Amino acid sequence: MKSVETILSEHPNAGRDSLIPVLQEVQEELGYLSQEAIAQIGRELRLPASKIFGVATFYNQFRFLPKGKFHVMVCRGTACHVKGSKKVLELLQKEMKVEPGKCSRDKVFSLEVVACMGACALSPVICINGQYYSKVSLSKVRRLLENCRQQAAIEAKA
Amino acid sequence: MAKFSKATDLEIYRSKLQSAYDPNKPRICVCGGTGCNAQGSIKLVDALHAAVKKCGLDSTVEVKVTGCHGFCEKGPVVVVRPENTFYVMVKADDAQELVETTLVKKGVVDRLLYVDPASGKKVVKEQDVPFYKQQTRIILSENGHLDPTSIDDYILRGGYSALAKVLSANSPDAVIEEIKKSGLRGRGGAGFSTGRKWELARKSPGKDKYVICNADEGDPGAYMNRSELEGNPHLVLEGMIIGAYAMGANHAIIYCRAEYPLAIKQLNTGIAQAIEYGLLGKNILGTGFSLEMKIKQGAGAFVCGEETALMQSIEGKRGMPRPRPPFPAQAGVFGKPSNINNVETWANVPLILREGAASYSSVGTEGSKGTKIFSLVGKIKNTGLVEVPMGISLREIIFDMGGGIPNGKAFKAVQTGGPSGGCIPESLIDIPVDFDELYDAGSMMGSGGMIVMDEDTCMVDIARYFLGFLGDESCGKCTPCREGIKHMYNIIADVTAGEGSVEQLDLLEELAGVIKDTSLCGLGQTAANPVLSTIRYFRDEYLEHIEQKKCRAGVCKALVEYRIDAGACTGCLRCGKECPVGAITGNKKEPHSIDREKCEKCGICYEVCEQGAVVRE
Repeated sequence: MKSVETILSEHPNAGRDSLIPVLQEVQEELGYLSQEAIAQIGRELRLPASKIFGVATFYNQFRFLPKGKFHVMVCRGTACHVKGSKKVLELLQKEMKVEPGKCSRDKVFSLEVVACMGACALSPVICINGQYYSKVSLSKVRRLLENCRQQAAIEAKA
Repeated sequence: MAKFSKATDLEIYRSKLQSAYDPNKPRICVCGGTGCNAQGSIKLVDALHAAVKKCGLDSTVEVKVTGCHGFCEKGPVVVVRPENTFYVMVKADDAQELVETTLVKKGVVDRLLYVDPASGKKVVKEQDVPFYKQQTRIILSENGHLDPTSIDDYILRGGYSALAKVLSANSPDAVIEEIKKSGLRGRGGAGFSTGRKWELARKSPGKDKYVICNADEGDPGAYMNRSELEGNPHLVLEGMIIGAYAMGANHAIIYCRAEYPLAIKQLNTGIAQAIEYGLLGKNILGTGFSLEMKIKQGAGAFVCGEETALMQSIEGKRGMPRPRPPFPAQAGVFGKPSNINNVETWANVPLILREGAASYSSVGTEGSKGTKIFSLVGKIKNTGLVEVPMGISLREIIFDMGGGIPNGKAFKAVQTGGPSGGCIPESLIDIPVDFDELYDAGSMMGSGGMIVMDEDTCMVDIARYFLGFLGDESCGKCTPCREGIKHMYNIIADVTAGEGSVEQLDLLEELAGVIKDTSLCGLGQTAANPVLSTIRYFRDEYLEHIEQKKCRAGVCKALVEYRIDAGACTGCLRCGKECPVGAITGNKKEPHSIDREKCEKCGICYEVCEQGAVVRE
């Protein structure tokens, strides 16, 4: 895993226009933007942390809490909406006991709502740890989550 | 590979590639678009390589990963050329049989053929599939043929010939004149004349100028740009290089969504190749014209599709629009003259200059020339990307190419233009699709999302969905948009909860008018369209929600109840097992019942019951 220092060193003489790429790379490595990372970026780019938070919170991509073992993304694009993605989202929230942008207490699940994944032909679509699941029904969502839970339980024992 | 130092070098190289190319060599073209990848095409490619090797064909048969074929519904899609045998939903396990039957025995794998739902007949050839048959593929024509990671493949098929021609024979003004003559209008949504836009940027004084490609495809329900970039990145790059030459720009930026990693990868590869060949970078084709190109990743903000917001985002700021003037052509990104066009607009440029403006503008209507790609999705049999000539009717797109509505349901509306557009009802389904007609119908062309809705879609809920989306995506800078959308949302939410009143509808229309007239940017100015168009065409549904407390589509939770029809229930226990809140009780082989106190109306019982015994009313 690249450290924040390494990422910053790859952007020599970084100006304001490097801020978003740096934030993206840091999130790619850490999974989220920690307060420490933001402070560190601020020192390097000579920007107050408040300004960086201002930018980062404006964009949907950035998250400020760590991801769970299973990071579940649910598409809320129009095609997915007409195929029932709202119910999928409600079910996910209920079953995983987690709000969008957050991580469950047991750190097994985190949930992210995406405006549109651009996979509209597969709607409704969800994505768990990078793997797309297309045309999901409510019962399929429950089965997928159950598999995740079982896998997490096995790994916790081992 | 030596750099081309003049245009003729490129032509010599092209003829070399063409003489080495055998069009009759068997090629298995596998769709490598995101849709097919998600459905397993990466594994399939490995399996096909293995199968070809096993049959001893690895020196004579090529397995090729191409861009998106557009028929995403039936992915992974495989076409065996030159016969164009068309296979759908091919799994890795099918690879051996596919290779043996098609390439060794020269037959056809019957079970992998596409079945036309209208006639029930199997279709063997790609060009006979109704979905493709009626399209006019110009921009997407190469998607199923070329390897997007190979610049040679692009050059072989005529790529960069427009750039070479323009740089050696045309003045920048002549290029702009040609684009103006073609009648090309911006494909990002607003439909401004591309030639005129370029002219403004050209006339703007300055040493440093920028051309920008807007690849931040933010419209939910649209993914044309994704497939264009993933499937044929050099076409967009060539268009941008030509545009930069015409406008005198020395910097180019592609602002692409971070959600499209494959598109970014293909673009990076493409840029590196173009630089290596001397088609990009310093002293392009030895003409002294130089262009530096960069990719910036968007970070997920719908408003960044607006030009001035996009430029703020490139500069590392919050993507908030600013008032105009100054226009981007005068002072854009980093305060320099800039020109932004959508991916599809750029992709049209090389095609116009290759064939000439007259040939290009022979397709389309009086005010809208050329073709347009739509992402045909939602409640439709054949989902995917369709490229059609401007002026075709919605009916032809939805029923002829799309195959109509699945499960015997009735068509209700089609939504175009994303959150800035509107819903077009069945009564207007014969209108020709072009910029002006769609605008008159209360919607707009937009970037090309076309979401089909059936009788199970609630139009009030759709209005609420878009307002929720726009409320989240409003940048918050101007009051009418920030506060107005929120208030419109609240009113609609009342209606969907059965707590609305008829007076509120008038208030909604009044509010919509204010937001339209007084918002700073396009997001706010068009935010009311989904509301106004649904009130205009589906007022009876609104009234039903308000007066009868009824949602005929069964979508608005507060207005529906679930119950079990004791006569139809076989007591299979399935719904009881699936219910997340344990609201369903009943013994095996006895009719079940739903406890309405506990029921959260998630609808899972309705979905899983095979007897249709769960009633939604």
